[in-house]
Order: sequence, then structure tokens, then C-alpha cells
Amino acid sequence: MMTPRDQKADSGTHPREYLTFRLGEEEYGIDILKVQEIRGYEQPTRIANAPAFVKGVVNLRGVIVPIVDLRLKFGLGSAEYNDFTVVIILNLGSRVVGAVVDSVSDVMELSVDQIREAPEIDSGVDASYITGLGTLNDRMLILLAIDQLMGASEMALVEHA
Amino acid sequence: MNESQTRAPSPGEFDLSQFHDVFFEEAGDNLANMESLLLALDLHAIEDETLNAIFRCAHSIKGGAATFGFQDVADLTHVMETLLDRLRRHEIAITVGMVDTLLESGDVLRQQLALRQAASSESLDASELVARIRALAHGDAAAAPLTAAPLNAAPLNAAPLTAAPLTAAPEVASPPALVVDLAPGERVLAVRVGPLEHATQADPIAELFEEIPGLGKFTALDQGHLDGQRMRHFQVITSSADSDLLDLFSFHVAREQVHLQSMPRESTDSVSGAAGLDGPAEITPRTDETTAEDGSWGLFGSAAASVAPAADPSGTGLAERPAVGTLIPTPAPAGLRTAEKGPATNLESSSLRVPIEKVDQLINLVGELVITQAMLAQTGQELDSMKHQRLVSGLSDLERNTRLLQEAVMAIRMIPMTAVFNRFPRMLRDLAGKLGKQLELQTIGEETELDKGLIEKITDPLTHLVRNAADHGIESPQERRAAGKPELGTVTLAAAHQGGSIVIEVRDDGRGLNRAKLLKKAAERGLAVSDGMTDQEVYGLIFEPGFSTANEVTDVSGRGVGMDVVKRNITALGGSVEIDSTEGQGMRVSVRLPLTLAIMDGMSVGVGEETYIVPLASVIESIHLAESDVKSVGGTGRVVEVRQEYLPLMQMDQLFDVPRQHAHNGGIMIVVEAEGGRVALLVDELIGQHQVVVKNLEANYRKVPGVSGATILGDGRVALILDVSWLVRRARH
Repeated sequence: MMTPRDQKADSGTHPREYLTFRLGEEEYGIDILKVQEIRGYEQPTRIANAPAFVKGVVNLRGVIVPIVDLRLKFGLGSAEYNDFTVVIILNLGSRVVGAVVDSVSDVMELSVDQIREAPEIDSGVDASYITGLGTLNDRMLILLAIDQLMGASEMALVEHA
Repeated sequence: MNESQTRAPSPGEFDLSQFHDVFFEEAGDNLANMESLLLALDLHAIEDETLNAIFRCAHSIKGGAATFGFQDVADLTHVMETLLDRLRRHEIAITVGMVDTLLESGDVLRQQLALRQAASSESLDASELVARIRALAHGDAAAAPLTAAPLNAAPLNAAPLTAAPLTAAPEVASPPALVVDLAPGERVLAVRVGPLEHATQADPIAELFEEIPGLGKFTALDQGHLDGQRMRHFQVITSSADSDLLDLFSFHVAREQVHLQSMPRESTDSVSGAAGLDGPAEITPRTDETTAEDGSWGLFGSAAASVAPAADPSGTGLAERPAVGTLIPTPAPAGLRTAEKGPATNLESSSLRVPIEKVDQLINLVGELVITQAMLAQTGQELDSMKHQRLVSGLSDLERNTRLLQEAVMAIRMIPMTAVFNRFPRMLRDLAGKLGKQLELQTIGEETELDKGLIEKITDPLTHLVRNAADHGIESPQERRAAGKPELGTVTLAAAHQGGSIVIEVRDDGRGLNRAKLLKKAAERGLAVSDGMTDQEVYGLIFEPGFSTANEVTDVSGRGVGMDVVKRNITALGGSVEIDSTEGQGMRVSVRLPLTLAIMDGMSVGVGEETYIVPLASVIESIHLAESDVKSVGGTGRVVEVRQEYLPLMQMDQLFDVPRQHAHNGGIMIVVEAEGGRVALLVDELIGQHQVVVKNLEANYRKVPGVSGATILGDGRVALILDVSWLVRRARH
């Protein structure tokens, strides 16, 4: 059953909700609808010969889920694992993936006019995975196209022919 | 009220595609059912109920296909139905050729349905087949002399039978039906429907009479075409009231388009004439059993002429069109009449059709429960059993119930081997024709159950084995006679449970394997063989890639691709193959498989801080390794001598790049075997053996070299399951 509110969130002109999290000093945002849950970090089972940012796999209620450390992927902050380290479990259609971040901040609503285009810059994050830069007072959110990012061949999460 | 009406989609937009899956599934069942019924047909003693059942299969497929607009499927089933309908009404006699054609149609339908299911834009042209079936349905009736005695006016029947003696005069196809008789309370109606845009719009009316028992007898007088006024003409014998009929018909055509007219029996000729048909001018009255559908007559039909054999018993596909000796089989005995009444005898009422995902979800949840239970049991052991008596006894109940629950849930996925065995009678029948051999299939233990996933994967290897047995194993009838064996060769398929495995045997009573010939072939191919090899080892040679014992390559087999693939596929399923043979008397291939893929016996091993699972089926032995046993070859290669054999030694910590706090010496080597090769795996310790629930790593991640899957340990952590085949292959390079 679609409530009027859902329908609004679906259309492009209305505000959308983003889950914001920190990687080092930077603040990122992803579409809240892609987030399944947020968990504490537990030591995953290492997978041999996987890239360093793929930490391994964990058991999520009987489902084997790979864990990716976005800090290592983007080269941001120090990849320490403590009681405050958080894993965002993402539900990307047919796949479930966990992303390790420094901390989760909050859920924010951004309207279209609060989102600016990201300039072409050389950075650790491929510009094609940044959908825009959100501004909220003096904060800047880097909005990620998390689907495309996690499906990219460089993430080595998905078999590419 | 109004609001909801405006929201509802109009009937034209109604999306039928959601029902497609159900249709495809049912159509598949119906096809399989039809095939097995056709194969079971005894041409000498056709049972009406069997013909009816076959007819119903075709009919249900046609109904569904027409609903969903699968015109090709509907067209083909329509002509099949026509043919089957004439058969079950005994208007024409069934021949081997017809059975072949019907079987072929089943294959074509299966392909058509597969294309539709794949939403492919391609379609299969079956027009030639359709024409052939149509010819069988109509041509035969005209060509074959109708030797059946006219129906006797049975005591049941009130009105006298006036049909002229049959004059085998060549009749034009589809003679108009004439009323021969009426039961008390019945009357004859001329039904005109129209004007219509398409002739087929009125077809559902015909189906009403098939679907509703006791509604009456329906005859089309117009060969399915519209007349000049775009009308269709039917004749109906019924005891129902006009208003009831109109109510029923108006489901399909507008009420005003239906015109009913009572018809005295004598006037039938003029009615069909008046319809302006281009039909036959000379209408020879004949006893047409078309009207005898529900058997209120025909029960006492004379069987005088029914002695001539109905079909050539030995030939396959020889007689498309029997020249002589065709007869109308004896009308059904009275006992069968009741069976005919209920057109849909449903066998499935006590079973439930559930999507496989639901079952798998259940299995997953139970797997979780097992892990939680194991965790609790572990914690429970640390408790003082005196202080926590109730908790401890509760935990032991939990353990038992969990195990029972797991077994029960796994049993849902188990299906009988019948699902595989059923395809072979047909295959052997085709093979017998192609190879010019006489073959018989025996099945034993088809009720033995196996996991559905395995059933699907074992079908191809078994098909190959059966084909091999028929082609290479069984000799030609001449050879068999010369060897003093019956000409009819037997291929036996047997399945049975043995412990936690299932053993499936493919046996034949053919020529068996020739040891000397095998050795010679192997030597020619440059394989290392010697006369000292055991029989088992020699027979094992046929699993070598490219090895074929056939003297010539036939259409069926003999290209030497196959047995190695068979073995590889079976090994990949965690199974094994064995061959046994006695020359001149036959051979036996035994396939041993685990009962399920979802649970596996595993040996957990420790490497550094990590735990891996080695499938127990591939473990030969484990031995403490002394540093001095290891020899190096070419600098980096390591080998170890085990029972007079040097095996490659694979160090797990290096292979899997396992981080180590401090150096580790010695350890345990596990000798594992896969794909005919052995390697020794060096690990730190053996942790234990247990059943593990196999999880797919690729669902959310990707395939990892050296890893075939994952499982969840008692403490909730993930352990990777080693891919032993990969290890063996890797050691070779």
C-alpha cells in the first residue's frame, strides 16, 4: 500500500532521505531506501586473495554477506576496528553487502535545490559514483550512487564477464 | 462503490502474465502425463479411460494456451485434440504411426512452450506436423474401410436405429453428424450462432459440452467455418432446457447471437443443407458414434469385427496409415462408463504445489535454528546440571526436536526418482527405432527419493549412461540370437538407498566390456596401462577423456565425449561411479550420490587462526607430517611420499595466504582425492567432523577460487568449504 508520503519520496522534485555517515573527516550520504540495517562490526571470515578493502564474509542470519571497508576503498581515515565501528548493511536489489564506515550520523532530508553538481576533480572516489553534493547549513554531504559503486568491477564483489 | 469501479482495470487490460508460470508448470505436467500414457498404450487393448486421459491432457493445454494467446500451442493441441477425440469415440483406430506422431507433437509442444516461457520472439513452425495430424484425423477416417458392425439397437434405446449398413464409400472428410438415437427426455436442437467476426468465437460452446458432464452431445455441422451470413451451425442433443443452454452459451457469445431451434430427427439433412455449406452433397447416413459420448449406447455394440489386429505390433513408425485391418475397437465395457463421467479425475488433491524458494527459505531458517541450538548446547554444557536441571533437559529436548525438524524439512525437497526414470521409456523407444535393436526398460526402486536439486543434475549423466547401454551394451538382434540370448535386450535402472547415499545402477544384458580391447585401445591412445591392472582399473579407463570403445561412431554415441563428462559431473555432486562387467553378459554402472546437496559431511581443519571445511567424501586419510617426509622438486614444488606414491603437497597457509603470528612447523596432511587425482593438504590441526549446511557464497559475493561454498559454524562464524577439485587441478599446473 503506497501512502501519499511514499509517492512523494519517489518523485524527483520532492525531498529524499539520506543516511549520512563519516569516513575520516568527510561526510557521505546514501539513499536511505538502500539501507537494510546498521550493525556493529564483527570480525569477518577472511577470503584469500581478495582486495584489501574486502574484509571477508559474515553470517547475517544465515545469509553469507561480504563486508567492504569503504575507508580502505577510498583511502580515508585510518581503518581501525573498535566497538564504535559500524557496518551499514545495504540491500541492493538482489544482493546484500555490508559497508564499514567510521560512524553513522543521522538521516537527513534533502530537496533537489539543496543538491549541487559535483565538480570534476581527481579524488579517491570516482566521480561517476558521486551523484551530487548536498548542502545543509555549513555541512557538505557527498552523495554516493551506492548501487553503481558496489556493482563496479573495481569493487570485485560481482563477477564480471 | 463508483470510485472502486473506476479504479479497477478494465477487462481488456487485465494482466494474465501472472498466471503464466502456473500454466507452464501445469502444461509441463500434462505433457509428461500424456507421454507416459501414450507409451503405456497397449494397441491391442486400448482402454477408453486412457484415451480420455490423453485427450484431457491435450485439452487442458489447449485451453490454457488459448487463454494466454499462445496461438501456435493452441493450434497444435487443437488438431491433436481432434485426432484424439476421434480415437476415443472409436471413429478411427489408433496406429503405431499415430502414437509416434502424438509423441512427436508432445516434443514440439514442449519446445513451443519453452520458447513462450523464455518470452522469446521466435516461434516453432509446426504447420507440417499440424497438417500430418489433421490428415491422420480425417484422412484415415475416409480411407480406412469402416469394418465395424453397425451399432445394434440396444434395448436401452427407445427409437429404432435406421442407419444404413456401412458402405465404406469414400466419404468427404468430417461427415456431418446425424442423429441416430435419442434417450428418453432428450431432444435435438439446431443451434445457430452469429453473426460472428471469427468462426472460433463459437468454439468455447463446443468445449462447454466437453467440460460439463451430462450437458449433452455436441456436433459441429459446419467444419468450423462461418457460412455466408457469418453464422455457425451446431447440433446438440440434450435434455437441458433452452433457457439453461442460453445461460451457458452467453458466457461466450452474446445471447442475441444464439438461436435455438428444435429439430425433428428427419430434418437434419435439410438443416445442414440449408446452412449453405459447401459440404458433402451425398450424405451417407452412418452410425456415427460421435453422439455416443457418454455411453448411453454403444454398450452393446457388436464386437464381431474386432478380431483383426489393430496395429502392427513390432514395427515402429511403419504404418502412418494402416491400409487394411483397421477397425473400430470394441466399445467400452459398461464398467468404464462411470469413469468417463467425471472429465477431470484429479490425482493431486492430497498434495500441495509450493514454489521451491519457499522450501529453501524454510531450510535456511531451520539451518539457522540448528546453529542457534548448537550454540545453546555449547553454553549449556558449562552449566551446573544440578542447579539448572530444567534448562539442561529443555536443551536436550531442543536438540532432538531440532534434528527431527531438520530431517522433516529436508524431506520436503526430496522427490522420487520416478521424475528421472520416467523419461527413459520414451528415450529407449526412440533409440530402439534408430538403432534397429529390441530394447526393454526395467526400473526398480523408482520410489527412492532424492533431493530435487540432485535429481535435476543427475538426469544428464544418467541419460548418457542409458544411451551408452542401449548403443554399446546391447547387441543387435542377430548377434544376440547367435550368442544364444533373447533378441529383446534389457536395460535396467535401479535405485536404492544405502546409508546416507543413494545408489543408482544402470545395467544391461549386452556384450559387456572386453578387457583386452580396452587395454589395446588405451595403449593406442598412449595411456599408461599394463596387463597387471585390476579389472576395476581397466574398466575405469572408459572414463578417460576421449576414450570410446565403440568401433564406429553412431548417431547416438561413440564420439568418445561422454563418460569422462559423466564421471566429472557425478564427482562434482560429491558422488562416485563404479563399473562392473562380465564379458558377454552385460555391464553395470553404479552411481553413488549423497542424498542432498544442502547438507554435507565435512572435516573442519585449522590453519593459523582460521577454520576451513574439507568435504569428507574426498578425504582419503590424514597423517602426521614430519618435516623430513617433504621433498622438493625443482626448487618450489613440494612432494610427500604416502604409501609408495609421491603426492604434491599443498600448504594451505601459503595457498590461502593465511596470516600467522609465529612460524608453524609440521602439522597434519590430509590426503584428498578428486577427479582421479590425489594431493596432500598441509594444515595445522584437525578440529573435528560434522554435518555442515552448505551456503552459497555467490549469492551476495562472487566465486572464489579454491572455495566451493561456505557454512556457518557453531559459534555463528562463517567457514569456507574447500573446492578439492580445484586444489587437484591447481597441483597439476
